[in-house]
Amino acid sequence: MDSCFHSFQFIISGECDPVPLEEEKVTPPCGKVKQKEVLATPWHCNKERHTYFCSAALKKVKALPLYLIATILQKIRPTSAGLKYLAVCDSESSRLAAAASEGRVIGRLLCWEKGRYPQHSPASSSNPSVYPSVCPFFKTSFIWRDLVCFYRVKMASSFARILSSKRKVGILSLVGAGSLTVGFFLNREQHVNAGAHVRRIYPPSAEYPDLRKHNNCMASHLSPAVYAKLCNKTTPNGYTLDEAIQTGVDNPGHPFIKTVGMVAGDEESYEVFADLFNPVIKERHNGYDPCNMKHPTDLDSSKIRGGQFDEKYVLSSRVRTGRSIRGLSLPPACTRAERREVEKVVVDALAGLKGDLAGKYYSLTQMTEQEQQQLIDDHFLFDKPVSPLLTCAGMARDWPDARGIWHNNEKTFLVWINEEDHTRVISMEKGGNMRRVFERFCKGLQEVERLIQEKGWEFMWNERLGYILTCPSNLGTGLRAGVHVTLPRLSKDARFPKILDNLRLQKRGTGGVDTAAVGNTFDISNLDRLGQSEVQLVQTVIDGVNYLIECEKKLERGQDIKIPAPISQFK
Amino acid sequence: MPFGNTHNQLKMNYTAEQEYPDLSKHNNHMAKVLTLEMYANLRDKQTPSGFTLDDVIQTGVDNPGHPFIMTVGCVAGDEETYEVFKDLLDPVIEDRHGGYKPTDKHKTDLNPDNLQGGDDLDPNYVLSSRVRTGRSIRGFCLPPHCSRGERRGIEGLSVEALGALDGDLKGKYYALKDMTEEEQQQLIDDHFLFDKPVSPLLLASGMARDWPDARGIWHNDNKTFLVWVNEEDHLRVISMQKGGNMKEVFTRFCTGLTKIEELFKEKGHEFMWNEHLGYVLTCPSNLGTGLRGGVHVKLPNLSKHEKFGEILKRLRLQKRGTGGVDTAAVGGVFDISNADRLGFSEVELVQMVVDGVKLLVDMEKCLEAGQSIDDLMPEQK
Repeated sequence: MDSCFHSFQFIISGECDPVPLEEEKVTPPCGKVKQKEVLATPWHCNKERHTYFCSAALKKVKALPLYLIATILQKIRPTSAGLKYLAVCDSESSRLAAAASEGRVIGRLLCWEKGRYPQHSPASSSNPSVYPSVCPFFKTSFIWRDLVCFYRVKMASSFARILSSKRKVGILSLVGAGSLTVGFFLNREQHVNAGAHVRRIYPPSAEYPDLRKHNNCMASHLSPAVYAKLCNKTTPNGYTLDEAIQTGVDNPGHPFIKTVGMVAGDEESYEVFADLFNPVIKERHNGYDPCNMKHPTDLDSSKIRGGQFDEKYVLSSRVRTGRSIRGLSLPPACTRAERREVEKVVVDALAGLKGDLAGKYYSLTQMTEQEQQQLIDDHFLFDKPVSPLLTCAGMARDWPDARGIWHNNEKTFLVWINEEDHTRVISMEKGGNMRRVFERFCKGLQEVERLIQEKGWEFMWNERLGYILTCPSNLGTGLRAGVHVTLPRLSKDARFPKILDNLRLQKRGTGGVDTAAVGNTFDISNLDRLGQSEVQLVQTVIDGVNYLIECEKKLERGQDIKIPAPISQFK
Repeated sequence: MPFGNTHNQLKMNYTAEQEYPDLSKHNNHMAKVLTLEMYANLRDKQTPSGFTLDDVIQTGVDNPGHPFIMTVGCVAGDEETYEVFKDLLDPVIEDRHGGYKPTDKHKTDLNPDNLQGGDDLDPNYVLSSRVRTGRSIRGFCLPPHCSRGERRGIEGLSVEALGALDGDLKGKYYALKDMTEEEQQQLIDDHFLFDKPVSPLLLASGMARDWPDARGIWHNDNKTFLVWVNEEDHLRVISMQKGGNMKEVFTRFCTGLTKIEELFKEKGHEFMWNEHLGYVLTCPSNLGTGLRGGVHVKLPNLSKHEKFGEILKRLRLQKRGTGGVDTAAVGGVFDISNADRLGFSEVELVQMVVDGVKLLVDMEKCLEAGQSIDDLMPEQK
């Protein structure tokens, strides 16, 4: 069907006003705008009649979704004192008559639709407020449809009880469009015990964050409808949507760098808030769809082919990942006792490592000066997070309680405890023996897993998302395998970014994420985390870095290089 | 977590000992008072809006403090916090406010006619005068705990009330998120604009969530009366002007505050206030009057005098640098203000400032003339 112009005239009055309104001479701003932009469209205001007017063209929408109504209302009347919309009904409903007779009607939403006239004639419609008018701007006829009315519900009345018990009946069905707005109509579930003066409750539209200046994955996918659907839910541990998205609300992001903007407080967050996590995961992981794809886990390092780099170019090799202990909340949400429990479980397991993996734990709270200096010199020590991306998510609470660093005596296997995840596991060594690094990595991880299982614990893992970590960007393998490699000629070649892209590699400076390269040495690692196994990703890095080294050698010899064909992403 | 009591039930699965924070390296009022026993008694409690003990103390746990500067280390999430957690907050208040007992009563006096003098501080020395306080709107949660909806509600109510001010108080509201570049620059030049908090003391309590949503600045056309909305408290009210006419500043302050309170009452709202704690604000250090009345005053000679600190202490005044709290003095110019907040009325505190600054200026003049100030030394107030 052709698009309808919907103009929304809000008549907000404190008095009962069921009588049809007189025709207003209004000039709608025209132009097609996207649904989301309705909020940004300028408003015309006739203060005397308290009418607010905006027009937006919405494709395929017969009626304005109620969540949008709520959002618009909230924008124009942010104070709750004047407008207490607690229920909505169709103007033809008997509820309106009851509310009108008691003087509780406080507003109506009029909507006009182009082209419905002359199919509908006023006489045939039972709706007294359907009447034709001619809009001079569009030189066509429109009818006003009194779509919905807002009225104040007296909470003590039996009427209100009926309304609150029949949550879905008669309200959503009127407007259709599948909007998920049950939360809108009724009080948000309270997180507190009933009785006494409770928290001031607002409908989801009043709580919906202002994400207009934001550029992160969460903001891209958190529509008012999704927010309304999820805002009253909690995980079994009590983690809420607002907590999950707080970091994304507080950190609008950067025009060029798109951050994730949300975290998980526990394993169940990924289920309870799946309606938001799934699209975010899909966007961040280049199309991996958690709804219908499975993630392969493979820590069999014997499958690796090659893996010994030319040490003229590769200075060091490193593989890192994270693991979470099932049954304990994640760093954004964990209590002090849970965090201490994570520390205890992991440190006990690490104490059971033997041979070249035997090592020692250094608790941040109990470290001596010398130990601290040694760890700094080895570049092992991690600091209290300063990045607002992390602090706004609550990960730095109670620092440095229950945080620490474990490493083996040979300083090639390192575990961070309770930093950004329960554990971060790092295997590394100087030189180009990525194969050995990965072998140690797999062996260490599998040993630790066995040791915690002996005590009745396990890692958070599922088929859909692989290993569960705090940040959705680290799901799946959570694996970043990389090298510090010197590529003086290749790095200056204009084709370098494209080559990396096709090889599914990314470059960083040698200080890690968000640093610049020093000299001609780069940190080259895998781009993907989810959808491919550990073995596959490390193989990708091995093959890719070998190719880069070949290119560098060719350029040394004065030969030309080729951009490789893009390798497939999901195997 | 600052923004919910969601984990309180989960914590009950662990013993108090397992959950008790490690305060061994801490130096703040909360850490001095919060024993394991007190923690065990209070940890299952929550205010009706869901603020819990851990929410109260999080900022103090995350910020161990400084050997010399004693911070408070706890915040309130709503008015009821001061009741539900009185076992913790009463001793903190007593310690912070010079021995104020749980049974003491606080007087509120916003009648500027009760102030003696104050209009004749020597402008050659007193560069500017300023009085600030805060107000919270009853029925809403405080900045560490409020939801976005509540914060927007507070903004809406405040803007409405301020919009009804007239005469020399008539002014305009600038929402932080809708400000134009020019407006922003003007506010910076006027030294009115406040920034997103960077102090970890504030960040750790959750006050900066959702910045800059529902935050803004209102000021009158004369730029002498300024209100901050939803920064560290619901409202921070500031009256100021150049020169030494503290009386005028205080009169405008009282008139403005009283008018604003009336306007709120007309809409069915009131400020958080009670007989014991006076005006209730987020930080326990700002209870009572929440008033800091002060001047920027040139005291190059006096500030070098060995008894400067002692004089200030006896006058119940404190010094800061001209950048505000935690800044250094520049060019011998100090910010001198009242040290107390609770247990004295507004008039009494401003009187102390007026009388004290007069004496300091006299002392400065003496030292300039090469005379001794020994016979000007004040008694302990």
